[in-house]
Amino acid sequence: MDDFGSVALRKLLDALPDAVVATHAQHGDATAIVAPGRVIDVLRFLRDAPGLDFDMLSDLCAADYLGYPEREGPRFEVVYHLLSTTHLHRVRVKAGVPEVPAQIDSCVEVWPAANWLEREVFDLYGIRFRNHPDLRRLLLYEEFEGHPLRKDYPKERRQPLVGPRN
Amino acid sequence: MAHVRKLEDEEGDLHSGHQILNMGPSHPATHGTVKFLIELDGETIVDLDIQVGYLHRGFEKECESGTWYQAIPYTDRLNYNSAILANIGYCLAVEKLLGIETPERCQWLRTMSGELARLADHLTRCGAACLELAAMTPFLYGIEARELTWDLCEALCGARVTSNYVRIGGVKHDMPDGFPAVARGFIGKIRELLADYDSIVTQNRLFVDRLRGTGVLPKEELIRYGVTGPILRAAGVPMDLRKDQPYLKYAEVDFDVPIGEVGDNYDRYLVCVEEMHQSLRIVEQCLVALEKIGPGPVNVDDPRVRWPAKGRVFNKMEELIQQFKAVTEGPMVPPGEAYHAIESANGELGFYVVSDGSAQPWKVRCRPPSLINLQPMPIMLRGAMLADLIPTFDFINMIGGECDR
Repeated sequence: MDDFGSVALRKLLDALPDAVVATHAQHGDATAIVAPGRVIDVLRFLRDAPGLDFDMLSDLCAADYLGYPEREGPRFEVVYHLLSTTHLHRVRVKAGVPEVPAQIDSCVEVWPAANWLEREVFDLYGIRFRNHPDLRRLLLYEEFEGHPLRKDYPKERRQPLVGPRN
Repeated sequence: MAHVRKLEDEEGDLHSGHQILNMGPSHPATHGTVKFLIELDGETIVDLDIQVGYLHRGFEKECESGTWYQAIPYTDRLNYNSAILANIGYCLAVEKLLGIETPERCQWLRTMSGELARLADHLTRCGAACLELAAMTPFLYGIEARELTWDLCEALCGARVTSNYVRIGGVKHDMPDGFPAVARGFIGKIRELLADYDSIVTQNRLFVDRLRGTGVLPKEELIRYGVTGPILRAAGVPMDLRKDQPYLKYAEVDFDVPIGEVGDNYDRYLVCVEEMHQSLRIVEQCLVALEKIGPGPVNVDDPRVRWPAKGRVFNKMEELIQQFKAVTEGPMVPPGEAYHAIESANGELGFYVVSDGSAQPWKVRCRPPSLINLQPMPIMLRGAMLADLIPTFDFINMIGGECDR
Protein backbone atom coordinates (compact mmCIF):
# COMPACT_ATOMS: atom_id res chain seq x y z
CA MET A 1 0.00 0.00 0.00
CA ASP A 2 1.11 3.52 -0.72
CA ASP A 3 2.27 5.81 2.09
CA PHE A 4 1.74 9.05 0.08
CA GLY A 5 4.94 10.48 1.52
CA SER A 6 3.60 10.41 5.06
CA VAL A 7 6.02 9.24 7.75
CA ALA A 8 3.14 8.11 9.91
CA LEU A 9 1.61 5.91 7.21
CA ARG A 10 5.03 4.48 6.28
CA LYS A 11 5.85 3.47 9.85
CA LEU A 12 2.36 2.13 10.43
CA LEU A 13 2.48 0.02 7.26
CA ASP A 14 5.91 -1.33 8.23
CA ALA A 15 4.95 -2.19 11.79
CA LEU A 16 1.34 -3.39 11.48
CA PRO A 17 0.78 -4.26 7.79
CA ASP A 18 -2.06 -6.67 8.56
CA ALA A 19 -4.06 -4.05 10.51
CA VAL A 20 -4.28 -1.52 7.68
CA VAL A 21 -7.02 -2.10 5.11
CA ALA A 22 -6.36 0.91 2.86
CA THR A 23 -4.65 4.29 2.79
CA HIS A 24 -5.30 7.56 1.02
CA ALA A 25 -4.16 11.16 1.22
CA GLN A 26 -7.07 13.14 -0.18
CA HIS A 27 -6.40 16.89 -0.05
CA GLY A 28 -3.16 16.19 1.79
CA ASP A 29 -4.75 14.50 4.81
CA ALA A 30 -2.86 11.23 5.36
CA THR A 31 -5.47 8.61 6.19
CA ALA A 32 -5.29 4.98 7.25
CA ILE A 33 -8.40 2.81 7.17
CA VAL A 34 -7.79 0.05 9.67
CA ALA A 35 -9.47 -3.20 10.71
CA PRO A 36 -11.90 -2.40 13.54
CA GLY A 37 -10.53 -5.19 15.74
CA ARG A 38 -7.01 -3.73 15.55
CA VAL A 39 -7.84 -0.08 16.09
CA ILE A 40 -6.46 0.07 19.64
CA ASP A 41 -3.18 -1.56 18.52
CA VAL A 42 -2.88 0.98 15.72
CA LEU A 43 -3.67 3.98 17.93
CA ARG A 44 -1.28 2.82 20.65
CA PHE A 45 1.45 2.28 18.07
CA LEU A 46 0.92 5.76 16.61
CA ARG A 47 1.03 7.29 20.09
CA ASP A 48 4.19 5.51 21.23
CA ALA A 49 6.30 4.99 18.11
CA PRO A 50 9.47 7.10 18.25
CA GLY A 51 9.44 9.77 15.57
CA LEU A 52 5.64 9.77 15.41
CA ASP A 53 4.57 10.64 18.99
CA PHE A 54 0.91 11.34 18.31
CA ASP A 55 0.33 12.46 21.86
CA MET A 56 -2.93 14.28 21.23
CA LEU A 57 -6.25 12.87 20.10
CA SER A 58 -7.39 15.95 18.28
CA ASP A 59 -10.85 14.71 17.42
CA LEU A 60 -12.95 11.58 17.47
CA CYS A 61 -16.21 11.43 15.55
CA ALA A 62 -18.31 9.04 13.51
CA ALA A 63 -20.00 9.15 10.13
CA ASP A 64 -23.03 7.28 8.86
CA TYR A 65 -22.72 6.15 5.24
CA LEU A 66 -26.23 4.73 4.85
CA GLY A 67 -27.23 5.51 1.27
CA TYR A 68 -23.90 7.04 0.27
CA PRO A 69 -23.62 6.63 -3.51
CA GLU A 70 -21.55 3.71 -4.82
CA ARG A 71 -20.27 2.61 -1.47
CA GLU A 72 -19.84 -0.86 -0.09
CA GLY A 73 -18.72 -1.87 3.33
CA PRO A 74 -19.84 -1.20 6.86
CA ARG A 75 -22.46 1.44 7.54
CA PHE A 76 -20.57 3.52 10.10
CA GLU A 77 -17.07 4.81 10.35
CA VAL A 78 -15.36 6.00 13.51
CA VAL A 79 -12.84 8.68 12.61
CA TYR A 80 -9.81 9.60 14.74
CA HIS A 81 -7.79 12.73 14.02
CA LEU A 82 -4.39 12.59 15.68
CA LEU A 83 -1.88 15.37 16.23
CA SER A 84 1.68 15.31 17.49
CA THR A 85 2.49 18.35 19.59
CA THR A 86 6.22 17.79 19.16
CA HIS A 87 6.46 17.10 15.40
CA LEU A 88 3.26 19.00 14.48
CA HIS A 89 2.10 16.40 12.00
CA ARG A 90 -1.35 14.90 11.71
CA VAL A 91 -2.87 11.61 10.64
CA ARG A 92 -6.43 10.39 10.29
CA VAL A 93 -7.39 6.85 11.27
CA LYS A 94 -10.73 5.38 10.28
CA ALA A 95 -12.37 2.13 11.29
CA GLY A 96 -15.56 0.71 9.83
CA VAL A 97 -18.34 -0.31 12.20
CA PRO A 98 -21.26 -2.47 11.02
CA GLU A 99 -24.87 -1.65 11.80
CA VAL A 100 -25.25 -4.81 13.92
CA PRO A 101 -23.48 -4.99 16.26
CA ALA A 102 -22.56 -1.30 16.27
CA GLN A 103 -19.56 -1.74 18.53
CA ILE A 104 -15.89 -0.88 18.62
CA ASP A 105 -13.19 -0.85 21.31
CA SER A 106 -12.88 2.26 23.38
CA CYS A 107 -9.61 4.20 23.23
CA VAL A 108 -10.07 5.99 26.57
CA GLU A 109 -7.09 4.05 27.93
CA VAL A 110 -4.93 5.42 25.09
CA TRP A 111 -6.08 9.04 25.45
CA PRO A 112 -8.48 10.13 28.22
CA ALA A 113 -9.66 12.84 25.81
CA ALA A 114 -11.71 10.12 24.11
CA ASN A 115 -14.05 9.80 27.08
CA TRP A 116 -16.53 12.55 26.25
CA LEU A 117 -16.01 12.23 22.51
CA GLU A 118 -16.96 8.55 22.59
CA ARG A 119 -19.95 9.40 24.76
CA GLU A 120 -21.00 11.92 22.12
CA VAL A 121 -20.67 9.36 19.32
CA PHE A 122 -22.67 6.88 21.37
CA ASP A 123 -25.27 9.57 22.01
CA LEU A 124 -25.71 10.73 18.43
CA TYR A 125 -24.93 7.54 16.44
CA GLY A 126 -25.65 4.73 18.87
CA ILE A 127 -22.22 3.14 18.44
CA ARG A 128 -21.20 1.37 21.64
CA PHE A 129 -17.60 1.53 22.83
CA ARG A 130 -16.42 -1.63 24.57
CA ASN A 131 -14.59 -1.07 27.88
CA HIS A 132 -15.63 2.57 28.08
CA PRO A 133 -15.61 3.56 31.79
CA ASP A 134 -18.85 5.54 31.73
CA LEU A 135 -20.85 5.20 28.51
CA ARG A 136 -23.78 7.60 29.03
CA ARG A 137 -25.40 10.07 26.68
CA LEU A 138 -23.45 13.34 26.61
CA LEU A 139 -25.45 16.03 24.85
CA LEU A 140 -28.97 14.59 24.93
CA TYR A 141 -30.98 13.40 27.89
CA GLU A 142 -31.48 9.82 29.02
CA GLU A 143 -35.10 9.59 27.89
CA PHE A 144 -34.28 10.58 24.30
CA GLU A 145 -35.33 7.84 21.89
CA GLY A 146 -33.03 7.01 18.99
CA HIS A 147 -29.78 8.50 17.77
CA PRO A 148 -30.33 11.69 15.79
CA LEU A 149 -27.26 11.80 13.55
CA ARG A 150 -28.10 8.47 11.97
CA LYS A 151 -29.19 9.07 8.40
CA ASP A 152 -32.47 7.19 8.98
CA TYR A 153 -33.46 9.46 11.88
CA PRO A 154 -35.94 11.97 10.38
CA LYS A 155 -35.16 15.59 11.16
CA GLU A 156 -38.81 16.36 11.98
CA ARG A 157 -39.22 13.55 14.48
CA ARG A 158 -40.67 14.69 17.82
CA GLN A 159 -39.57 13.35 21.18
CA PRO A 160 -41.72 12.69 24.24
CA LEU A 161 -41.88 15.57 26.69
CA VAL A 162 -39.89 14.78 29.80
CA GLY A 163 -40.74 16.43 33.08
CA PRO A 164 -38.28 17.61 35.70
CA ARG A 165 -36.21 14.79 37.12
CA ASN A 166 -35.85 15.92 40.70
CA MET B 1 -19.57 18.03 74.54
CA ALA B 2 -19.02 14.44 75.44
CA HIS B 3 -20.67 13.36 72.22
CA VAL B 4 -18.48 15.66 70.13
CA ARG B 5 -15.36 14.43 71.84
CA LYS B 6 -16.35 10.87 71.11
CA LEU B 7 -16.72 11.61 67.40
CA GLU B 8 -13.35 13.31 67.32
CA ASP B 9 -11.81 10.32 69.01
CA GLU B 10 -13.18 7.89 66.49
CA GLU B 11 -12.33 9.83 63.36
CA GLY B 12 -9.48 11.93 64.61
CA ASP B 13 -11.43 14.88 63.33
CA LEU B 14 -14.93 16.21 63.41
CA HIS B 15 -16.23 14.50 60.34
CA SER B 16 -19.43 14.75 58.38
CA GLY B 17 -20.60 13.01 55.23
CA HIS B 18 -20.16 14.33 51.71
CA GLN B 19 -22.72 16.69 50.35
CA ILE B 20 -23.89 16.96 46.74
CA LEU B 21 -24.33 20.50 45.49
CA ASN B 22 -26.19 21.15 42.26
CA MET B 23 -24.87 24.22 40.46
CA GLY B 24 -26.46 25.44 37.25
CA PRO B 25 -27.60 25.10 34.51
CA SER B 26 -28.05 28.88 34.73
CA HIS B 27 -25.92 30.05 37.60
CA PRO B 28 -25.24 33.79 37.92
CA ALA B 29 -21.54 33.19 38.52
CA THR B 30 -20.94 31.26 35.32
CA HIS B 31 -21.10 32.42 31.75
CA GLY B 32 -22.25 29.35 29.91
CA THR B 33 -25.21 27.02 30.35
CA VAL B 34 -23.88 23.94 32.07
CA LYS B 35 -24.75 21.95 35.17
CA PHE B 36 -22.23 20.89 37.79
CA LEU B 37 -22.95 18.17 40.30
CA ILE B 38 -20.34 18.86 42.95
CA GLU B 39 -19.51 16.39 45.68
CA LEU B 40 -18.30 18.44 48.61
CA ASP B 41 -16.50 17.62 51.82
CA GLY B 42 -17.10 20.84 53.70
CA GLU B 43 -15.89 23.39 51.17
CA THR B 44 -13.46 21.05 49.44
CA ILE B 45 -14.40 19.58 46.08
CA VAL B 46 -14.18 15.79 46.19
CA ASP B 47 -15.56 15.12 42.75
CA LEU B 48 -17.38 16.90 39.99
CA ASP B 49 -19.74 15.69 37.28
CA ILE B 50 -20.25 18.11 34.42
CA GLN B 51 -23.48 17.83 32.46
CA VAL B 52 -23.36 19.57 29.10
CA GLY B 53 -25.88 19.65 26.28
CA TYR B 54 -28.36 22.31 27.39
CA LEU B 55 -27.79 24.28 24.18
CA HIS B 56 -27.75 21.27 21.87
CA ARG B 57 -29.73 22.17 18.78
CA GLY B 58 -28.51 19.65 16.23
CA PHE B 59 -25.93 21.77 14.39
CA GLU B 60 -24.60 18.80 12.43
CA LYS B 61 -28.06 17.48 11.54
CA GLU B 62 -29.16 20.92 10.36
CA CYS B 63 -26.03 21.25 8.22
CA GLU B 64 -26.76 17.90 6.58
CA SER B 65 -30.21 19.04 5.50
CA GLY B 66 -29.25 22.32 3.81
CA THR B 67 -26.81 23.39 1.14
CA TRP B 68 -23.14 24.08 1.76
CA TYR B 69 -23.86 27.80 1.92
CA GLN B 70 -26.73 27.43 4.36
CA ALA B 71 -24.41 26.02 7.01
CA ILE B 72 -22.48 29.30 7.32
CA PRO B 73 -25.08 31.13 9.48
CA TYR B 74 -25.19 28.10 11.78
CA THR B 75 -21.45 28.37 12.33
CA ASP B 76 -22.03 31.92 13.63
CA ARG B 77 -23.99 30.43 16.48
CA LEU B 78 -21.24 28.05 17.56
CA ASN B 79 -19.00 30.45 19.44
CA TYR B 80 -21.08 33.61 19.40
CA ASN B 81 -18.23 35.67 20.85
CA SER B 82 -16.02 35.05 17.85
CA ALA B 83 -18.43 34.10 15.09
CA ILE B 84 -16.11 35.10 12.25
CA LEU B 85 -13.51 32.56 13.36
CA ALA B 86 -16.07 29.76 13.04
CA ASN B 87 -17.11 31.12 9.61
CA ILE B 88 -13.47 31.04 8.53
CA GLY B 89 -12.91 27.53 9.87
CA TYR B 90 -15.90 26.10 8.04
CA CYS B 91 -15.21 27.89 4.76
CA LEU B 92 -11.54 26.88 4.77
CA ALA B 93 -12.55 23.23 5.21
CA VAL B 94 -15.04 23.39 2.32
CA GLU B 95 -12.49 25.23 0.17
CA LYS B 96 -9.99 22.47 0.92
CA LEU B 97 -12.53 19.98 -0.42
CA LEU B 98 -13.15 22.15 -3.49
CA GLY B 99 -9.45 22.86 -4.01
CA ILE B 100 -9.97 26.63 -4.02
CA GLU B 101 -7.35 29.25 -3.24
CA THR B 102 -8.95 32.58 -2.31
CA PRO B 103 -7.62 35.94 -3.58
CA GLU B 104 -4.99 37.77 -1.57
CA ARG B 105 -7.27 40.61 -0.51
CA CYS B 106 -9.84 38.14 0.80
CA GLN B 107 -7.18 36.37 2.84
CA TRP B 108 -6.05 39.64 4.43
CA LEU B 109 -9.66 40.55 5.23
CA ARG B 110 -10.24 37.15 6.78
CA THR B 111 -7.07 37.40 8.85
CA MET B 112 -8.06 40.85 10.08
CA SER B 113 -11.68 40.03 10.87
CA GLY B 114 -10.63 36.80 12.56
CA GLU B 115 -8.29 38.70 14.87
CA LEU B 116 -11.05 41.19 15.72
CA ALA B 117 -13.22 38.20 16.66
CA ARG B 118 -10.43 36.73 18.79
CA LEU B 119 -10.08 40.07 20.53
CA ALA B 120 -13.81 40.19 21.28
CA ASP B 121 -13.67 36.66 22.66
CA HIS B 122 -10.71 37.35 24.97
CA LEU B 123 -12.31 40.60 26.14
CA THR B 124 -15.46 38.70 27.06
CA ARG B 125 -13.48 36.03 28.86
CA CYS B 126 -11.36 38.45 30.89
CA GLY B 127 -14.21 40.90 31.51
CA ALA B 128 -16.74 38.28 32.54
CA ALA B 129 -14.16 36.58 34.75
CA CYS B 130 -13.86 39.79 36.77
CA LEU B 131 -17.64 40.11 36.98
CA GLU B 132 -17.98 36.57 38.27
CA LEU B 133 -15.25 37.23 40.83
CA ALA B 134 -17.38 40.18 42.03
CA ALA B 135 -15.56 43.04 40.27
CA MET B 136 -17.99 45.06 38.18
CA THR B 137 -15.78 47.90 36.88
CA PRO B 138 -13.21 45.92 34.87
CA PHE B 139 -16.07 44.09 33.18
CA LEU B 140 -17.36 47.44 31.92
CA TYR B 141 -13.92 48.36 30.53
CA GLY B 142 -13.75 44.99 28.77
CA ILE B 143 -17.25 45.28 27.36
CA GLU B 144 -16.64 48.83 26.17
CA ALA B 145 -13.59 47.63 24.27
CA ARG B 146 -15.55 44.66 22.92
CA GLU B 147 -18.24 47.02 21.70
CA LEU B 148 -15.58 48.85 19.66
CA THR B 149 -14.44 45.60 18.02
CA TRP B 150 -18.06 44.77 17.29
CA ASP B 151 -18.53 48.20 15.74
CA LEU B 152 -15.71 47.30 13.38
CA CYS B 153 -17.38 43.95 12.63
CA GLU B 154 -20.59 45.83 11.94
CA ALA B 155 -18.76 48.09 9.49
CA LEU B 156 -17.47 44.99 7.69
CA CYS B 157 -20.61 42.89 7.51
CA GLY B 158 -23.57 44.75 9.02
CA ALA B 159 -23.94 42.60 12.11
CA ARG B 160 -22.32 42.90 15.50
CA VAL B 161 -22.42 39.36 16.78
CA THR B 162 -23.68 36.82 14.24
CA SER B 163 -21.55 38.10 11.43
CA ASN B 164 -22.20 35.68 8.55
CA TYR B 165 -19.28 37.44 6.87
CA VAL B 166 -17.21 34.75 5.22
CA ARG B 167 -18.32 32.96 2.07
CA ILE B 168 -17.05 29.81 0.39
CA GLY B 169 -14.35 31.24 -1.85
CA GLY B 170 -14.33 34.74 -0.41
CA VAL B 171 -16.03 37.21 1.89
CA LYS B 172 -19.34 39.01 1.58
CA HIS B 173 -18.02 42.56 1.19
CA ASP B 174 -14.78 44.37 0.90
CA MET B 175 -14.15 46.75 3.79
CA PRO B 176 -15.98 50.09 3.47
CA ASP B 177 -14.26 53.34 2.51
CA GLY B 178 -12.43 54.97 5.38
CA PHE B 179 -12.36 51.73 7.37
CA PRO B 180 -8.59 51.78 8.08
CA ALA B 181 -8.73 55.24 9.65
CA VAL B 182 -11.69 54.34 11.87
CA ALA B 183 -10.08 51.05 12.82
CA ARG B 184 -6.80 52.74 13.80
CA GLY B 185 -8.72 55.18 15.99
CA PHE B 186 -10.56 52.30 17.67
CA ILE B 187 -7.35 50.33 18.15
CA GLY B 188 -5.93 53.32 20.06
CA LYS B 189 -9.05 53.46 22.23
CA ILE B 190 -8.96 49.69 22.85
CA ARG B 191 -5.31 49.98 23.94
CA GLU B 192 -6.29 52.73 26.40
CA LEU B 193 -9.13 50.60 27.77
CA LEU B 194 -6.81 47.61 28.07
CA ALA B 195 -4.35 49.78 30.00
CA ASP B 196 -7.15 50.94 32.34
CA TYR B 197 -8.28 47.36 32.77
CA ASP B 198 -4.72 46.23 33.42
CA SER B 199 -4.13 48.92 36.04
CA ILE B 200 -7.04 47.84 38.21
CA VAL B 201 -6.91 44.07 37.70
CA THR B 202 -3.48 42.58 37.02
CA GLN B 203 -1.84 43.58 40.32
CA ASN B 204 -5.07 43.57 42.32
CA ARG B 205 -4.52 41.51 45.44
CA LEU B 206 -8.10 40.16 45.53
CA PHE B 207 -7.95 39.12 41.88
CA VAL B 208 -4.48 37.59 42.10
CA ASP B 209 -5.36 35.61 45.23
CA ARG B 210 -8.37 34.05 43.57
CA LEU B 211 -6.42 33.08 40.44
CA ARG B 212 -2.90 32.19 41.46
CA GLY B 213 -2.39 28.48 42.04
CA THR B 214 -5.92 27.48 41.09
CA GLY B 215 -6.96 25.13 38.31
CA VAL B 216 -3.44 23.85 37.65
CA LEU B 217 -2.91 20.82 35.46
CA PRO B 218 0.53 19.79 34.14
CA LYS B 219 1.07 20.13 30.42
CA GLU B 220 1.43 16.38 29.84
CA GLU B 221 -2.05 15.84 31.25
CA LEU B 222 -3.47 18.72 29.22
CA ILE B 223 -2.07 17.18 26.03
CA ARG B 224 -3.49 13.77 26.93
CA TYR B 225 -6.86 15.43 27.32
CA GLY B 226 -6.57 17.20 23.97
CA VAL B 227 -6.63 20.67 25.52
CA THR B 228 -5.45 23.43 23.17
CA GLY B 229 -5.42 27.20 23.02
CA PRO B 230 -4.58 29.66 25.82
CA ILE B 231 -4.93 26.96 28.51
CA LEU B 232 -2.21 24.81 26.94
CA ARG B 233 -0.01 27.83 26.20
CA ALA B 234 -0.36 29.01 29.80
CA ALA B 235 1.11 25.65 30.86
CA GLY B 236 4.21 26.36 28.77
CA VAL B 237 3.52 24.63 25.45
CA PRO B 238 4.06 27.14 22.62
CA MET B 239 1.46 25.53 20.38
CA ASP B 240 -0.45 27.91 18.17
CA LEU B 241 -1.77 26.76 14.79
CA ARG B 242 -1.28 30.28 13.43
CA LYS B 243 2.48 29.72 13.82
CA ASP B 244 2.73 25.95 13.52
CA GLN B 245 0.54 25.31 10.50
CA PRO B 246 0.04 28.82 9.09
CA TYR B 247 -3.12 29.41 7.12
CA LEU B 248 -4.46 32.62 5.54
CA LYS B 249 -1.76 35.31 5.95
CA TYR B 250 -0.40 34.36 9.35
CA ALA B 251 2.97 33.41 7.87
CA GLU B 252 3.38 36.99 6.63
CA VAL B 253 2.44 38.90 9.78
CA ASP B 254 4.69 39.46 12.74
CA PHE B 255 3.31 38.41 16.11
CA ASP B 256 4.44 36.62 19.25
CA VAL B 257 2.92 33.61 20.98
CA PRO B 258 2.86 34.27 24.73
CA ILE B 259 3.30 31.28 27.02
CA GLY B 260 2.97 30.83 30.77
CA GLU B 261 5.02 28.86 33.28
CA VAL B 262 2.79 27.36 35.94
CA GLY B 263 -0.43 26.84 34.04
CA ASP B 264 -2.71 28.23 36.74
CA ASN B 265 -5.60 30.58 36.12
CA TYR B 266 -3.39 33.63 36.59
CA ASP B 267 -1.10 32.46 33.78
CA ARG B 268 -4.16 31.88 31.60
CA TYR B 269 -5.28 35.40 32.32
CA LEU B 270 -1.86 36.86 31.45
CA VAL B 271 -1.68 34.82 28.23
CA CYS B 272 -5.11 36.09 27.16
CA VAL B 273 -4.21 39.72 27.87
CA GLU B 274 -1.00 39.44 25.88
CA GLU B 275 -2.81 37.73 23.02
CA MET B 276 -5.16 40.69 22.82
CA HIS B 277 -2.19 43.03 22.30
CA GLN B 278 -0.81 40.64 19.67
CA SER B 279 -4.19 40.57 17.91
CA LEU B 280 -4.18 44.38 17.75
CA ARG B 281 -0.71 44.21 16.20
CA ILE B 282 -1.93 41.75 13.57
CA VAL B 283 -4.96 43.93 12.76
CA GLU B 284 -2.67 46.93 12.21
CA GLN B 285 -0.44 44.92 9.88
CA CYS B 286 -3.49 43.68 7.96
CA LEU B 287 -4.70 47.27 7.51
CA VAL B 288 -1.30 48.28 6.11
CA ALA B 289 -1.27 45.29 3.76
CA LEU B 290 -4.83 45.95 2.58
CA GLU B 291 -3.96 49.57 1.80
CA LYS B 292 -0.80 48.47 0.02
CA ILE B 293 -2.35 45.88 -2.30
CA GLY B 294 -5.19 48.26 -3.19
CA PRO B 295 -8.64 47.40 -4.50
CA GLY B 296 -9.14 43.97 -5.97
CA PRO B 297 -11.47 40.98 -6.00
CA VAL B 298 -12.51 39.54 -2.64
CA ASN B 299 -14.12 36.45 -4.14
CA VAL B 300 -12.49 33.71 -6.12
CA ASP B 301 -13.29 33.63 -9.83
CA ASP B 302 -14.40 30.01 -9.90
CA PRO B 303 -17.69 29.20 -11.63
CA ARG B 304 -18.51 26.56 -9.01
CA VAL B 305 -18.84 29.08 -6.19
CA ARG B 306 -18.88 32.50 -7.83
CA TRP B 307 -22.09 34.42 -8.25
CA PRO B 308 -22.05 36.06 -11.67
CA ALA B 309 -22.10 39.86 -11.92
CA LYS B 310 -25.61 41.31 -11.94
CA GLY B 311 -25.12 43.05 -15.30
CA ARG B 312 -24.38 39.73 -16.97
CA VAL B 313 -27.23 37.94 -15.19
CA PHE B 314 -29.73 40.37 -16.74
CA ASN B 315 -28.31 40.08 -20.26
CA LYS B 316 -26.94 36.57 -20.73
CA MET B 317 -28.92 33.32 -20.59
CA GLU B 318 -26.04 31.18 -19.31
CA GLU B 319 -25.24 33.55 -16.48
CA LEU B 320 -28.91 33.73 -15.51
CA ILE B 321 -29.01 29.94 -15.24
CA GLN B 322 -25.77 29.97 -13.31
CA GLN B 323 -27.15 32.56 -10.91
CA PHE B 324 -30.31 30.48 -10.41
CA LYS B 325 -28.27 27.35 -9.70
CA ALA B 326 -25.92 29.22 -7.40
CA VAL B 327 -28.80 30.59 -5.32
CA THR B 328 -30.95 27.47 -5.14
CA GLU B 329 -28.25 24.82 -4.89
CA GLY B 330 -24.93 26.43 -4.22
CA PRO B 331 -21.69 24.67 -5.03
CA MET B 332 -21.52 20.98 -5.91
CA VAL B 333 -18.62 19.84 -3.78
CA PRO B 334 -16.65 16.89 -5.21
CA PRO B 335 -16.90 13.64 -3.19
CA GLY B 336 -14.34 13.18 -0.48
CA GLU B 337 -13.39 14.22 3.00
CA ALA B 338 -11.23 16.96 4.47
CA TYR B 339 -10.27 18.20 7.91
CA HIS B 340 -9.10 21.74 8.45
CA ALA B 341 -8.19 23.21 11.82
CA ILE B 342 -7.72 26.84 12.73
CA GLU B 343 -6.61 28.48 15.96
CA SER B 344 -9.78 29.89 17.42
CA ALA B 345 -9.87 31.95 20.60
CA ASN B 346 -10.35 28.78 22.66
CA GLY B 347 -7.97 26.49 20.81
CA GLU B 348 -8.09 24.19 17.81
CA LEU B 349 -11.37 24.65 15.99
CA GLY B 350 -11.53 21.93 13.36
CA PHE B 351 -14.09 21.12 10.71
CA TYR B 352 -14.28 17.63 9.24
CA VAL B 353 -16.44 17.75 6.14
CA VAL B 354 -17.56 14.83 3.99
CA SER B 355 -19.22 15.24 0.62
CA ASP B 356 -20.99 12.75 -1.61
CA GLY B 357 -20.71 15.04 -4.62
CA SER B 358 -24.12 16.65 -4.22
CA ALA B 359 -25.18 20.14 -3.18
CA GLN B 360 -25.80 19.00 0.40
CA PRO B 361 -23.06 18.24 2.89
CA TRP B 362 -22.92 14.56 3.81
CA LYS B 363 -21.39 15.43 7.14
CA VAL B 364 -20.14 18.58 8.83
CA ARG B 365 -18.35 17.83 12.05
CA CYS B 366 -17.16 20.65 14.26
CA ARG B 367 -14.31 19.81 16.62
CA PRO B 368 -15.38 22.03 19.52
CA PRO B 369 -12.49 23.34 21.63
CA SER B 370 -14.92 24.38 24.38
CA LEU B 371 -16.14 20.83 24.94
CA ILE B 372 -12.71 19.26 24.84
CA ASN B 373 -11.14 21.92 27.11
CA LEU B 374 -13.95 21.45 29.64
CA GLN B 375 -13.44 17.73 30.01
CA PRO B 376 -10.42 17.76 32.39
CA MET B 377 -12.00 20.38 34.68
CA PRO B 378 -12.87 17.83 37.42
CA ILE B 379 -9.18 16.82 37.61
CA MET B 380 -8.12 20.47 37.87
CA LEU B 381 -10.49 20.95 40.79
CA ARG B 382 -10.29 17.75 42.85
CA GLY B 383 -9.13 18.76 46.31
CA ALA B 384 -9.61 22.46 45.60
CA MET B 385 -12.02 24.84 47.31
CA LEU B 386 -15.49 25.41 45.91
CA ALA B 387 -14.62 29.05 45.23
CA ASP B 388 -11.84 27.95 42.84
CA LEU B 389 -14.43 26.51 40.50
CA ILE B 390 -15.52 29.96 39.33
CA PRO B 391 -12.18 31.30 38.00
CA THR B 392 -11.26 27.90 36.55
CA PHE B 393 -14.52 27.70 34.65
CA ASP B 394 -14.11 31.34 33.54
CA PHE B 395 -10.71 30.77 32.01
CA ILE B 396 -11.70 27.50 30.38
CA ASN B 397 -14.20 29.83 28.69
CA MET B 398 -16.72 27.20 27.77
CA ILE B 399 -19.14 28.68 25.25
CA GLY B 400 -22.39 26.76 25.33
CA GLY B 401 -23.20 27.26 21.66
CA GLU B 402 -19.96 25.66 20.60
CA CYS B 403 -19.75 23.07 23.37
CA ASP B 404 -23.24 21.68 22.84
CA ARG B 405 -23.70 22.47 19.13
